[in-house]
Amino acid sequence: MKLKTLSASILAAGLIASSAASAGDITVVSWGGAYTKSQVEAYHKPWVAKTGNTIKSEDYNGGIAEIKAQVEAGNVSWDIVDVELSDAIRACDEGLLETIDPADLPAGADGTAAKDDFLEGTLYECAVANIVWSTIFAYDKSKIKDGPTKMADFFDMEKFPGKRGLRKSPKVNLEFALMADGVAAKDVYEVLATPEGVDRAFKKLDTIKGDVVWWEAGAQPPQLLADGEVALTTAYNGRIFNAVAGEKKPFEIVWDGQVWDLDLWVIPKGSKNKDLAMDFLKFSTATEQLAAQASWISYGPARKSSSSLVGTYATDASIDMGPQMPTNPANLTNAVQNNFEFWADNADQLTERFNAWLAKG
Amino acid sequence: MSDSTSPILTADGTPLKAKLAQTTRRLRIKALLLTLPLVIFIIITFVLPIGQMLYRSVHNPTGIMVTPNFAEAIQEWDGEGLPDDRFVEIFVKDLALAKKNREIGKTVGNLATRVNYEIPGSRSLITSTARKAKNIKEGPYLDALIKINKKWENPAMWLTLQRASKEYTASFYLAALDRKYDDKGDIVMADELYQIYIPILMKTLWLSAVITLLCFILAYPVSYLLSTLPMKTSNLLMILVLLPFWTSLLVRTTAWIAMLQTEGIVNDFMVFLGVIGDDGRIQMIYNMTGTIIAMVHILLPFMILPLYSVMKTIPPSYMRAAKSMGASTTYAFTKVYFPQTIPGIAAGTLLVFILAIGYYITPALVGGNDGLLISNLIAGHIKSTLNWSLGAALGTILLAVVLVFYWVYNKLVGVDNLKFG
Repeated sequence: MKLKTLSASILAAGLIASSAASAGDITVVSWGGAYTKSQVEAYHKPWVAKTGNTIKSEDYNGGIAEIKAQVEAGNVSWDIVDVELSDAIRACDEGLLETIDPADLPAGADGTAAKDDFLEGTLYECAVANIVWSTIFAYDKSKIKDGPTKMADFFDMEKFPGKRGLRKSPKVNLEFALMADGVAAKDVYEVLATPEGVDRAFKKLDTIKGDVVWWEAGAQPPQLLADGEVALTTAYNGRIFNAVAGEKKPFEIVWDGQVWDLDLWVIPKGSKNKDLAMDFLKFSTATEQLAAQASWISYGPARKSSSSLVGTYATDASIDMGPQMPTNPANLTNAVQNNFEFWADNADQLTERFNAWLAKG
Repeated sequence: MSDSTSPILTADGTPLKAKLAQTTRRLRIKALLLTLPLVIFIIITFVLPIGQMLYRSVHNPTGIMVTPNFAEAIQEWDGEGLPDDRFVEIFVKDLALAKKNREIGKTVGNLATRVNYEIPGSRSLITSTARKAKNIKEGPYLDALIKINKKWENPAMWLTLQRASKEYTASFYLAALDRKYDDKGDIVMADELYQIYIPILMKTLWLSAVITLLCFILAYPVSYLLSTLPMKTSNLLMILVLLPFWTSLLVRTTAWIAMLQTEGIVNDFMVFLGVIGDDGRIQMIYNMTGTIIAMVHILLPFMILPLYSVMKTIPPSYMRAAKSMGASTTYAFTKVYFPQTIPGIAAGTLLVFILAIGYYITPALVGGNDGLLISNLIAGHIKSTLNWSLGAALGTILLAVVLVFYWVYNKLVGVDNLKFG
């Protein structure tokens, strides 16, 4: 995975984007692994069958570097990209994306207009959300009998000895650290906005620093857990679900303190297949498609009208998808939504501090 | 005696001098044409990118592109306290105009990103103010802005905007040297917790020196063997040196991961031998140790080959002569053999050191947290934070450091003494 990312970035650094796809082809870029598979099953295949066009699916690790490079070089080879909210906002602010009018989106299956059918805060000037996902932490219950139940347990080295897996980024880790230190979910960003709050979060991270294995790609944490490299790891909830449902791994998710976020479709400005990409976007964010995706991976659909259609896991009807969703009320008792504005303002500075903190060994 | 007034003519009647000039000119053009592909290649792949990097590290077009009128006007401001309302009026009007602009490089978001580099938190301040700017119809404009957000009361905000409105800036170099402008516009060190570039640059230099030294210690005896053994054995040894050299860098790096990881071959073997317990496996990769081991291995041929080519030219009779005149083996080695290998040592160490300073892939893969080098930070700014100007400034500093080392080296050893083979 890492190697793939590297070679991809080397290619990107060359700024020589691959030649444009011929008419009728679009390049859809997403995060790979189980997540891309869910999109291929729920969006790509039906769209290809319906329209006769073809889709080239590419993987990336998030961020807007490639989009920026392609747009600024005037050679856009990605037609539609699945991005995080803070990246969608920043790219839109910098004029790197096509604007999308919510009025163009199809109405819900029950006839509700799109702008009322989508959950609040899921439609933006240049981006349309497809799913709600979450960062949680998980463990292997075959190895830990009396498992952790709350965020503070993740930082409790005495009660739960062993390595910890964390994403190599200040995002979410600082939120987790504060919640483990006793800050209520609703106050997290208020505390984090103060210098003392940032110090407090890093101090909490200090307590486990020596035992952390850092991961970068979403597919890594389930692998780390399966290999026994870590005892507890943060992860995207859908990846853990997929390992449990698809590969029968004995993993358990701890929902306490989950940080949920959106994934959104964006169209880079100057896409050579803009109309086709727009057509794909409308198709994939329709009620049925969002509901269908939710049967492949445990990410919540962004449309209200999709919720009632969410049923069981696509390849195993004994697994009810509802309780697996980040948006399931039982999972939301102590949860926080990723604050994109906070991160748009502070990501640069906190990443510098995070790197300096990491480098101190 | 020949007639000095009439010129010597060639067979076709033209003066010899003119003919000669014509021929040499044709030859010169031909020679130039032959080197032309190389010249163009070097310009396109080397001179232009480096020039662009130098330019990007000081070029600061955002303010001028996004708020052109304000950028021009604010330069008259003396920077004392808060700016006059006439400046603020232009700013508000520019901002309202920019809000409608969706051209790349000219959006409010670009300005917000630029200012946010220097004052974290000002990104949302600028984007949210821009949304409301068109509603501000009359003065006093500064008060209207402060009503939108108290942060406009901060003089540092306006000083930063003034700096962001100049065509060229030193801001990125300051950031690359862990320095920043304080609230009064003076240059100060960044807070200790945020200092990263100088410590990492120092670590890069130090690590490169260690790697060079280790390469030298390992390579010297190997090269000596290669140059003195009979042809048949030395050829075989040479293949062993060159084989990894021909193998892909990524393959060699990942091979080290397989060898050194906690569940890897080396640890397994030591557990099998009982040297360490199963729970006492040693962390040898994803840290500085791993970086040093992998990089020494990868850079070793760059030390061996120049050393070998120099040692090959030293006749064994010199050592024999020294010994026949009564020198001990050590004395003969230090006084006769070693000095003659210095050109090879010079070439090898320079090659390895400069390659190590800019190394990227190996530390990225096996460096973990404390084995990261400056090139990894540069890559981070190009790939994830998108602060290309800061990346360019760091790259330029790295280039300058290499040039300084080369200059010092030239003073000490002399480039004429380098011998690559």
